Amino acid sequence: MAAPFELTDDSVVVVIGTGAGGGVLANELAQKGVSVVALEAGGRYLPEDYINDEWESFGQLAWLDARSTSGDWRVARDFSGLPAWIVKAVGGTTTHWAGASLRIQDHEWKAKTNYGDVAGANLLDWPIDPREMDDYYTKAENKLGVTRTGGRAGLPGNNNYKVFEAGAKALGYTEVHTGRMAINSAEYDDRLACQQTGFCFQGCKWGAKWSAAYTDIPNGEATGNLEVRERAHVLKIEHDDSGKVTGVLYADADGNQHMQMARVVCVAGNSIESPRLLLNSASSMYPDGLANSSGQVGRNYMRHMTGSVYAVFDKPVKMWRGTTMAGIIQDEARHDPSRGFVGGYEFETLSLGLPFMAAFLDPGGWGREFTTALDSYENMAGMWIVGEDMPQETNRVTLNHDLKDQYGMPAPNVHFDDHPNDVAMRKHAYQQGMAIYDAVGATRTFPTPPYPSTHNLGTNRMSENPRDGVVNKHGQTHDIANLFVSDGSQFTTGAAENPTLTIVALAIRQADHIAAELGRGNL
Amino acid sequence: MTVTSQKSPMTRRELLSRSAAAGAAFVIGSGYVAGNSAAWAMEVEHLEPASMATLIQMARDIYPHDHVADEFYAAAVKGYDSAESAPMVAAGIAALNAAAAGKGFASYIDTGWERDRVDILRGMENSAFFQTVRGGLVTGLYNQKAVWPLFGYEGESFSQGGYIDRGFDDINWI
Ligand SMILES: Cc1cc2nc3c(=O)[nH]c(=O)nc-3n(C[C@H](O)[C@H](O)[C@H](O)COP(=O)(O)OP(=O)(O)OC[C@H]3O[C@@H](n4cnc5c(N)ncnc54)[C@H](O)[C@@H]3O)c2cc1C
Ligand code: SF4
Repeated sequence: MAAPFELTDDSVVVVIGTGAGGGVLANELAQKGVSVVALEAGGRYLPEDYINDEWESFGQLAWLDARSTSGDWRVARDFSGLPAWIVKAVGGTTTHWAGASLRIQDHEWKAKTNYGDVAGANLLDWPIDPREMDDYYTKAENKLGVTRTGGRAGLPGNNNYKVFEAGAKALGYTEVHTGRMAINSAEYDDRLACQQTGFCFQGCKWGAKWSAAYTDIPNGEATGNLEVRERAHVLKIEHDDSGKVTGVLYADADGNQHMQMARVVCVAGNSIESPRLLLNSASSMYPDGLANSSGQVGRNYMRHMTGSVYAVFDKPVKMWRGTTMAGIIQDEARHDPSRGFVGGYEFETLSLGLPFMAAFLDPGGWGREFTTALDSYENMAGMWIVGEDMPQETNRVTLNHDLKDQYGMPAPNVHFDDHPNDVAMRKHAYQQGMAIYDAVGATRTFPTPPYPSTHNLGTNRMSENPRDGVVNKHGQTHDIANLFVSDGSQFTTGAAENPTLTIVALAIRQADHIAAELGRGNL
Repeated sequence: MTVTSQKSPMTRRELLSRSAAAGAAFVIGSGYVAGNSAAWAMEVEHLEPASMATLIQMARDIYPHDHVADEFYAAAVKGYDSAESAPMVAAGIAALNAAAAGKGFASYIDTGWERDRVDILRGMENSAFFQTVRGGLVTGLYNQKAVWPLFGYEGESFSQGGYIDRGFDDINWI
């Protein structure tokens, strides 16, 4: 099955990370006959290994290497060593993700043009025409089996959704449904339909939710062109005197280091690890890190404007039953500056189990104000808010030379301050979210602060002009022709939508580009 | 809150008869703390039994759930009875008792109303001791599987086939 390539084989494409970006790219290239070695820091876990238990699953799958935080975001205070909730495993964070799969809206591809100058924001248009993405989005939706696209039916609404929908309609919202979800409403692609177990964040034990771990990865391996090396943690990307990258240095499960040669290197370690790796690969030729002539590597870190609203009712809801996030209200996703901010946001249903609710409802909270909320856990409904946040140059991933990981490499520090636009949007969203539940009789509502980041974007952004960003419209670095970025760190702006469908669509598109360029002898 | 002190270990029978008579919240003997109903008892090796009783009370005051019995709070803080943690806990409890004395109580546990104890806790909210105990309780208390049903939470569902035929959409009041 797996195709073993030699460490000295310099004809292979090396993909670093096997999540939404890397996992899909590796498979798409393998399908086209390109030889790929995918190096993944985490181990391999499949549906039979996933655990219906929040903390145990977190311990099994989460990325827990040393990290630090700074800035005015509350995460830096409450979870100072855990800026983000990201997975370290074959399949990356697609094991944990909830499956919400939305296309970026046309106006969001051109945020600078449509929003104008926003003080303090480093806005830029994506160097991509939205029409170029239409076919790639369709391919991505078909790959993921997204409901309410391609003739696939929507999921049925669970208890949490019914409360959410009734409140939304009472408020006059009209774009309300059970979401476009990468979760099967009927058998698809040899995977079961959703059994409503309610542990989507812990890895779907039925395989009803799309994850690269049990779709793209084995499909790629089956071609004989893809070798996935698990527990292979890349420490550094090497280059030659001409400046082209030549391979990567990685540590295996036993900590032994190896050099894998490469013709092309694609970085897809998620938006904290990808810039960190480029920065940690600094050399005398590239003293500021690889592909960093613009100085933008690590900058413009975005995490979406988020927050949650939970509400307690006088009767049971049992929100944990069924799909975690199959419910959406899209009326506020439009760009309408009359609300006091640019860009828009979505409401999506969300439920946490009791253990996570205790940790995240009001981190640091205690006493009866806190515990009476949990006393009503059974009567609780919940939603998540996800909206466009502003890219800011000073929100960035840097190397923390005082903190080292298990390999002695400088750990990443994640600095984040909310932009006034983020604050205004969150305030609006909290008010509307609470009004939704009040409209159906909530006795108490909770505007819950953002969790450690699940959406991490923008730290190697795409730009037309090499001065403004790190990669071009194909994710190819402006500085080094055979070095690509293939994950969410390419995002020029964040848009209001959950990012993964776009990461997948861009990976499919990038595979076309790389294969064509290899064919032309350009790489 | 009242605490019954006991000089020598009691048998379970003695414990039962005694607590029935005393109606105390905790029974503190040499080497153990027990619930007044003898529903639970916990041996302590490194901490003074009275310190453990105070710690259990503190845990309840931080995360008070009236329908959750003391034994779950006891289980949540049991890990502090170790050679490693004992000095930190002993010092923390001493500070708690000193703060109580400053407010005219004989000890932290010897206060009548929860609000008096919460006052004391607010005064030391930023201490490492308080934050360690509070932070530990988030998982120590709420991640006990035996506690979940008390909140209605059903936990693992895969082995039962999910909720597709077990009420994922059974809400009847909306
Ligand atoms: C709880 C949760 C719910 C979510 N729900 C949704 C949702 O409903 N919809 C949505 O669109 N998005 C959702 N997301 C976000 C989504 O999972 C991410 O956007 C997406 O997976 C990011 O893809 P990526 O390729 O950038 O990184 P990842 O998927 O995180 O993959 C990165 C991989 O790279 C590996 N790696 C990193 N560094 C190295 C290294 N140095 N060497 C080797 N390997 C390395 C990591 O171990 C990891 O496997 C959710 C995320 C979480 C945590
Ligand atoms: S609710 Fe559906 S998608 Fe989520 S884990 Fe269960 S079966 Fe999978």
